[in-house]
Amino acid sequence: MSESMRNFLIFLLILAVVIGGGVLLNSLFSVPFFLGVTFVAFGLITLGGAVAVVTTRNLFRATIWLMVSLFGIAGLFVLLEAPFLAAVQVLVYIGAIAILFTFAVMLTRSLTQLKDRYNRPYATLAASVLLFAFLTWVIWQVWGNWTPSGDIMLATISDTTDLGVALVDKEGLVLPFELASLLLTAAMIGAIVIARDVDEDEKEKRG
Amino acid sequence: MDCVGLCAFVQSLGVADPAIARLIGLIIGGVLVSGVPLLTVIFLILVERKVAARIQDRIGPNRAGPFGLLQTVADLLKLLAKEDITPAAADRVLYNAAPLVSFASVVLIWAVIPFMYADVAPGAFMGVDLDIGVLYFVAVASLGTLAIMTAGWASNNKYALLGAFRVVALLVSYEIPLVFALLVPVMFAGSMSLVDITNAQSHMWFIFMAPVAALMFFISSQAETGRAPFDLIEAESELVAGFNIEYSGMKFGMFFAAEFLHVFTNAVLFAILYMGGFLGVLYQQLPILGFVWLGIKASIIYFISLWLRNTVPRLRIDQVMNFNWFFLVPVSIVNVLLTALILKLAQVAGLAPTVFAESSLLGMLPVTLMLLVKDVLMIIYVMTRVAQEGRSARQAEQRMETDLLASAAGD
Repeated sequence: MSESMRNFLIFLLILAVVIGGGVLLNSLFSVPFFLGVTFVAFGLITLGGAVAVVTTRNLFRATIWLMVSLFGIAGLFVLLEAPFLAAVQVLVYIGAIAILFTFAVMLTRSLTQLKDRYNRPYATLAASVLLFAFLTWVIWQVWGNWTPSGDIMLATISDTTDLGVALVDKEGLVLPFELASLLLTAAMIGAIVIARDVDEDEKEKRG
Repeated sequence: MDCVGLCAFVQSLGVADPAIARLIGLIIGGVLVSGVPLLTVIFLILVERKVAARIQDRIGPNRAGPFGLLQTVADLLKLLAKEDITPAAADRVLYNAAPLVSFASVVLIWAVIPFMYADVAPGAFMGVDLDIGVLYFVAVASLGTLAIMTAGWASNNKYALLGAFRVVALLVSYEIPLVFALLVPVMFAGSMSLVDITNAQSHMWFIFMAPVAALMFFISSQAETGRAPFDLIEAESELVAGFNIEYSGMKFGMFFAAEFLHVFTNAVLFAILYMGGFLGVLYQQLPILGFVWLGIKASIIYFISLWLRNTVPRLRIDQVMNFNWFFLVPVSIVNVLLTALILKLAQVAGLAPTVFAESSLLGMLPVTLMLLVKDVLMIIYVMTRVAQEGRSARQAEQRMETDLLASAAGD
């Protein structure tokens, strides 16, 4: 089978999964069809990207796949009517953090053909299954009583103004917000202290 | 889901199902919003070449069609007909994806740009009125950095990789003053939506209220597009061609078009954020005039950008970094803090309206004057500091030279 033929078949398979998922969500939870299709598509992008991150042997490609996965999460935020979080997801994770990842990856040696195995597949598999089960249990405990309604979208659409007020309101999240900023400042000062060049004068003083 | 705008138009053509009508409306809207910039870029390239030629005392393209109008079309055909070469050692998928991402990152910005006044829901003809318009612009534009990085790495070429390294250093650091400059109009309008920002300027353009922020935005957007004096991404004399050295044919054409379009897109954003977008004479009665006003304002900024590009020489990478971290970033942070303070004080004292759009020219005057005085004082202070530092650096250099001369004479 030629390469283009294989690619076309993979494309058809993905299309079938996306449309099938849309139909399934529509019939089981009466989710609107197009919404279901988009949800399945973004879910596939997120999960597929995540799987590719850990399976690819090329570090640069792994970071690109990580960005694809994060982009899928941004899409899911849009579906949940949280455009602010979606934009922040793209801006912070893809625009800043992942770019720094690629920078770091480019500075490491032998990034394309990793031959050595550093990971333990069975232990990792067991740990991730346990973690996933734990998370499912927690979510089930908190939101278990939720019954699927016709609308995935939230009834109360909160905009950026609400978010801004919540961050500075006394009854809102002002304490966690300030604590987080203090933590980040401490981390930044630490990074500067570590990365700072020791100048010649200081070296002489220390002897 | 309510059915307004294009969706209602499609429904009126005889499509009964609202879901289908909505889908068709979305597709038409997508084609329209991305089609406008695609057509614009064909003329932009000609304009840029003509302006550059005039500044350099040449005539510029004048053979294909009247005034060389068809030059870009000819270039486009040439690029399409060229052989499409993929280097044998390149990462094939990423190599092909990079030009697409680069161009898409610019075209996506046009989804939130309000073109002209409309009396229905969002208040303007535009792709979509996002609540987070300004943030969306920053987020989408950051994808362009990723595209250049990918192109540089996937080409498997040392020059391309060096170009890509410079991109990370340049674009990531100039994003900081850009975002701080964007904060000022957002603060004035009390919203991140570009329609709200436009309407908030109906009595006073923000360029008069925050000239320093406008200048910061202009400088850092010039850097974001990798134009001179910040064109070290593709410094021809050092890097051959930079990140796009291995690209040929239309793939190179897409990087090229993305860069040209990005410059104009930034000019349009400047016009919207600081010069009132589509606001102007008779913009409500005759909406198409709003489109013309936006075009004229954006063209002025675009021309200044071209002028700057063709006048100044390229900076070295360390100069670019010093300029950003020791000049732009501190000034823009102080500017945001002072602007917020003065705005709040004026509002508490009753000198500034809380909602700019519902005020009048007279109501806007006091706060505008206060902010203008602050900006002038800031410019004077910063310029004196720069002059002082320059003088002391020159004196130190001179002292070193005289010392050297003295020691040489002593021998």
